[in-house]
Amino acid sequence: MTTTVQAPRKPATAGRARKNRRNAGTGRFAALLLSPTVLVLALVIGYPIVSAVRLSFLVTHNGINPTTGMVENTTHVGVDNYAAIFSGDTASQFWNAFWNTTTFTVAGVFVETVLGVLMALIMNRAFRGRGLVRASVLVPWAIPTAISGLLWKWIFQSEGIANTLLHTHILWTTEGFHAWVAVLVADVWKTAPFIGLLALAGLQMIPGDVYEAAKVDGSGPWRTFWRITLPLARPALVVAVLFRMLDALRMFDLPFVLIGAHKHSVETLSTFAWYEASNLRYGSAAAYSTVLFLYIALVAFVFVKVLGADLVGRGVSGRKS
Amino acid sequence: MSAVTATTPGKRGAPRVKTSPFSYVGIALIVVYCLAPFYWMVVSALRRPADQFSNKLIPWPMSLDNFVSAFKPANGFTRALLNSLIVAGTTTVLTLIIGITAAYVLARLEFRFKNVILAAIIATSMFPGISLLVPLLELFVSIDWINTYQAMIAPSMSFALPLAVFNLTAFFKQMPFALEEAAQIDGASPMQAFRKVILPLAAPGVFTTAILTFIAAWNEFIIALSVTNKQSMRTAPVITSLFTGQYGYDQPFGTQMAAGVVVTVPLVILVLFFQRRIVEGLTAGGVK
Repeated sequence: MTTTVQAPRKPATAGRARKNRRNAGTGRFAALLLSPTVLVLALVIGYPIVSAVRLSFLVTHNGINPTTGMVENTTHVGVDNYAAIFSGDTASQFWNAFWNTTTFTVAGVFVETVLGVLMALIMNRAFRGRGLVRASVLVPWAIPTAISGLLWKWIFQSEGIANTLLHTHILWTTEGFHAWVAVLVADVWKTAPFIGLLALAGLQMIPGDVYEAAKVDGSGPWRTFWRITLPLARPALVVAVLFRMLDALRMFDLPFVLIGAHKHSVETLSTFAWYEASNLRYGSAAAYSTVLFLYIALVAFVFVKVLGADLVGRGVSGRKS
Repeated sequence: MSAVTATTPGKRGAPRVKTSPFSYVGIALIVVYCLAPFYWMVVSALRRPADQFSNKLIPWPMSLDNFVSAFKPANGFTRALLNSLIVAGTTTVLTLIIGITAAYVLARLEFRFKNVILAAIIATSMFPGISLLVPLLELFVSIDWINTYQAMIAPSMSFALPLAVFNLTAFFKQMPFALEEAAQIDGASPMQAFRKVILPLAAPGVFTTAILTFIAAWNEFIIALSVTNKQSMRTAPVITSLFTGQYGYDQPFGTQMAAGVVVTVPLVILVLFFQRRIVEGLTAGGVK
């Protein structure tokens, strides 16, 4: 009985020694069984990433061949696609997309986290109607983002319900700051409940005696929240925020469906790269998406190293950072 | 014993008090927040096309005209639903087969670079769809995969696999080793032990992963949008966003809301029935 309960808690020490004895030389067998997963990921993710880097260094010029007089594409290797990020007429478009991506991520994830934690606190206190709440919280998450983009486009129509309720006459889906707000609202609606769920799971891991001890020591609800609830729920929250940030940085569906392709005020790096690719400028599309990839990798790195987001967690090593 | 108590997952966080009136208000706010936009989609779909711009909360007189026009043959919506079902269904089955194998190996066998491999598998989930898109488009054009199911299934699988492997690994880890040992003592081969003992016991975890994978694949947009240009190969979310009005320039919102309801309802039903499972699956990564 004791071993059954303890086994999942320390696989790193007891499990490893036992398994090593029994499964010496299982490397090849493991490799065989792992190969389909690795193969799919290598083909559909590894290859494109490497290939995108290669493409981003290919520069295509449209020019007229002096001997034949025909329009021809010539390709050579160079850093022009990256240089165009810093100067030239596409530079401002790129930095606009970069800025939008960043502001959507920072503002969106911040609002979502505050709302999500609030929702989690409420759900954690409620013991009746939990099923109903859980089901309704999952609805925004389950609706395909493209469909929720359409839905919000309808809500934000000039004669739509948003303007009626707010008593305004804003053309939300046209270029301007209001379009940015519209996308942010739609994004927050969809994902705040998701953060709420993850935060709730974190709250439920906090043992009740801790709260009782705090109460005995005369700690008020506000103080208890900042000094006990938040620090103890932090590991779960950091992972939730990280997942959301990685997701928000590649935002595509919402601005694309809600406002449209290549709209200045809501252009993200994903939609901008998509627009370049759809105009067959593969080189610059690859360069922009590579920059986005590096940006995402940097954010993930900072989270894991600085904030100690424990992604692999207990599932693998049995160690907690 | 104290260590066991601390990790008991069922232990509630907050002190057990009666639900206060304040909580009921909070709960009501959450429910309204989450469901009001969805309600608006359903209501708008049920309006008569003549009342489309009415902002009344109850669609009366009700009409199914929007649904009828969503299914008009010119829209190709029926075929799109079938396409979505094929793509999401195949993705789910293949992801599960591959993912279960990988997760079982990662959870049970001990070999070099194991943690590196799991970390790499998880890391692939952070890659943005757009970085994959450009090279994949080039590749799919050259091998003639544009407008095929496999061009949507393969990327969808790679998007779903990391989470599936991660969830399943965590799930297999929880199962005590003694299970296989007992089966093998009873004379079962490792394969039999896995098939007859572990897999049936892992069914809840596998099922959860299946739902999550299906929803993710059903909702996939950027790849499905880009690797198809024939109407008959579009998936339902893509084709709904591309509906055009009678005159081409007006957006047929009523029809789109009706189509949106049709695309969403299967997912909402899944959510209603399997909410507990889905929440367990979603939070497995974050907390465990």
